[in-house]
Amino acid sequence: MSADDTGDPLIAVRDLDVAFGDLEAVSGVDVTLESGSFVGLVGPNGAGKTTVLRAIKGTVDPDGGTVRLDGDPIDGLSAREVGRRVASVPQDTGLAFDFRVRHVVEMGRTPHLGRFDGHGPEDVAAVDEAMAAAGVERFADRSIAEVSGGERQRVLLARALAQGTPALVLDEPTASLDVNHAVTTMDLVRDLVDDGRAAIAAIHDLDMAARYCDRVVVLAHGGVHADGPPAEVLDAGAVRGAFDAEPFVGRNPATGTPAVTAFPRSDADLRRLHVVGTGPDAARVVARLAAAGHEVSLGVVPEGDAAAVAATDADAPVVTVPPFAGVDAASRAAARELAAEADVALVVDGRDDDRDRDGGDHDETGRDSHGSGSHGLDSHGPEHDVSGVASAAERVVEVPADVDEDDLLEAVADASTNPIEAEPTGSTEPT
Amino acid sequence: MRVRRRAATWSAVLAAALAVVVVVSAGIGPVRIPPAEVLKVVLNAAVIPAGVELGTRGAGPLALPGIDLAYRSPFAFSVDDVHRRIVLLVRLPRILLAALVGFSLAAAGTVMQGFFRNPMADPSIIGVSSGAAVGAVAFIVFPTALSATLTLPLVGAVDLGLSYGAGVSLFAFVGALVAAFGVYAIATRHGRTPVATLLLAGVAVQTFLGAVISYLQLQAGESLRRIVAWLMGHLSGASWNEVAATALVVPPLFAVLLVYSRDLNVLLLGEEEAHGLGIEVERTKRVLLAASALITAAGVAFAGVIGFVGLIVPHMLRLLVGPDHRVLLPTAALAGGTFLVAADTAARSGAAELPVGVVTAAVGAPFFVYLLMSREVNEL
Repeated sequence: MSADDTGDPLIAVRDLDVAFGDLEAVSGVDVTLESGSFVGLVGPNGAGKTTVLRAIKGTVDPDGGTVRLDGDPIDGLSAREVGRRVASVPQDTGLAFDFRVRHVVEMGRTPHLGRFDGHGPEDVAAVDEAMAAAGVERFADRSIAEVSGGERQRVLLARALAQGTPALVLDEPTASLDVNHAVTTMDLVRDLVDDGRAAIAAIHDLDMAARYCDRVVVLAHGGVHADGPPAEVLDAGAVRGAFDAEPFVGRNPATGTPAVTAFPRSDADLRRLHVVGTGPDAARVVARLAAAGHEVSLGVVPEGDAAAVAATDADAPVVTVPPFAGVDAASRAAARELAAEADVALVVDGRDDDRDRDGGDHDETGRDSHGSGSHGLDSHGPEHDVSGVASAAERVVEVPADVDEDDLLEAVADASTNPIEAEPTGSTEPT
Repeated sequence: MRVRRRAATWSAVLAAALAVVVVVSAGIGPVRIPPAEVLKVVLNAAVIPAGVELGTRGAGPLALPGIDLAYRSPFAFSVDDVHRRIVLLVRLPRILLAALVGFSLAAAGTVMQGFFRNPMADPSIIGVSSGAAVGAVAFIVFPTALSATLTLPLVGAVDLGLSYGAGVSLFAFVGALVAAFGVYAIATRHGRTPVATLLLAGVAVQTFLGAVISYLQLQAGESLRRIVAWLMGHLSGASWNEVAATALVVPPLFAVLLVYSRDLNVLLLGEEEAHGLGIEVERTKRVLLAASALITAAGVAFAGVIGFVGLIVPHMLRLLVGPDHRVLLPTAALAGGTFLVAADTAARSGAAELPVGVVTAAVGAPFFVYLLMSREVNEL
């Protein structure tokens, strides 16, 4: 591939500005795609992902900056030349007339054919190969109007493969696909990249981007917010700033890649909080509070406890003891010190301590009281502070194991009157 | 390859159908002539180059030796001379003009439906028919002002030597092209012509030209009858001159459309996709628009506004051969010719001759309603 010969990246977008009328879609965007790599463009709706991809395809004229393919400025290339270097899989596909599937894939050969050429043996081979790779041979003779949305997406992927380009551009390739087809599609793209092609894709699903991409470019408000390997880029700060949401970035236990869970913005006054409790319930409390931006600490918990994992993912201080070791004096002292720094200590009512309560039937306890207007939290009886850590804090709030997310945030807001100085979140408000 | 064979097979079938309809139609009329007799007349009229012969060209002192092609009629069936005259001088020009007009309207309609990705598109959508109508009607209303002489500075009066019929056709042709170019110019900004804007510009221009036509009709006085006849579409009084003029213009334009039929397929995926697949979208659109406008103008210049051929025939053929323009375009064009010959035969074989546009609309509209209620159009 020529990129290897010249050292130029397959796709190099530099300082890209695109405006539609008075509306600036993207400004100052840099994106690079090297051969053998899979770059994910992530970002909220309207961040400019599609605009960047259109600039790479040459279907939008930049107001500033350059787009180079293999080092050649795209505005000096004919549509044919662009079509031999970059193949695209579109986001939305309304096909007007009902071409057969095979015919649609054959259209991928257009940039390789002269005006009077028919399809030669190598074109037929490329089409067959592309259809096999995308798994669409089964319905080759069906009408494109008759196949399902997921199948149609794969037909368009096959068409892009038939184009035989070193680079693929995909706009939300999994947007209309079910989980199975989504991962199959992403796996296929990943395999193609591992075989030497390169791909750049706009991806909504952050976990999917983290799982399949070598690099992630976070676009927000028309500019590049972060750019790098997913594990480095997809942290809470970047997601909070880009998406204007409250994210908790954990780790997907099945893939080991970052898993982003976003909560709606609560705009709470930020506080210093200490959580006492173990297990998934305490983990949930830690995650939600950390996502909201509170400074959270945790302890004492056994090493490897779900709450400890959540606290570590959230970069929260945590006091741990070895499993089954019991709480020693030093750990208790350390935890009490963290609690003492906090405005409020939250004691999560672990289900282990309360087995007689219906085995955790959520609807009967927490949710009922939610409807009546009271958040149903007891701020006077810390009877579950078994280790005596919470009492070091100024205020103690008891939180039921199945506490509702909104009740939790409300309880924190009610319990304390000293908000801490808000952390700079890096969020740029849309104007 | 498979596609080319399919296109060739279908085209052969439809060309044969056209030939049959032409022969049968030539036998129908006040004097009925059996198809076999028609065939003999046509074959007798056929000439083939049979060799060269030396001769002289020019006359008097400028006579030069030259080489002429010698033609020979390979057939000499005995036919009734009256039948021969009816077929060759009366019916065949009209039938062949109908075939050519139907051919060009259906070809342009097919291209426009693909171009606009809109099943309602037909050749008139970019204002061609309205422009032709304004040109023709203007000439019919003001024949003396617009024909005969043109006074140019320096040169003085130039006699354009336009006969009435040629004047109407020329003005219709020019009007069609001016209207199409106007629509294109209105819809084009910074070198791009969005299809949706083109569609709306076409509607606006057609509406405006409709007003002009109505006004001219009010001013028409005695010529109103001729205007109405022209506007309804007619093929009566066709001569070999008109056939020859149309036959010179239509095939090269059709060849251009045919060459671009693969690009038209790709354009159906959407313009951005087409660009991604290596189509120079704006240039291709310009070529398709220009060729369609010209071929339609050639069709309507002599025959007037004949509706529905360009709308219905492409739909019928799409049901039959599928949406691939490499097959659809030639077959729809041939079917358009066949359809118009048949419609015109029906128009002239009744007790009183009807304008052919009335027949095509009367047949075409119910068929279009059927299409609307069936799957074909609903899913587009």
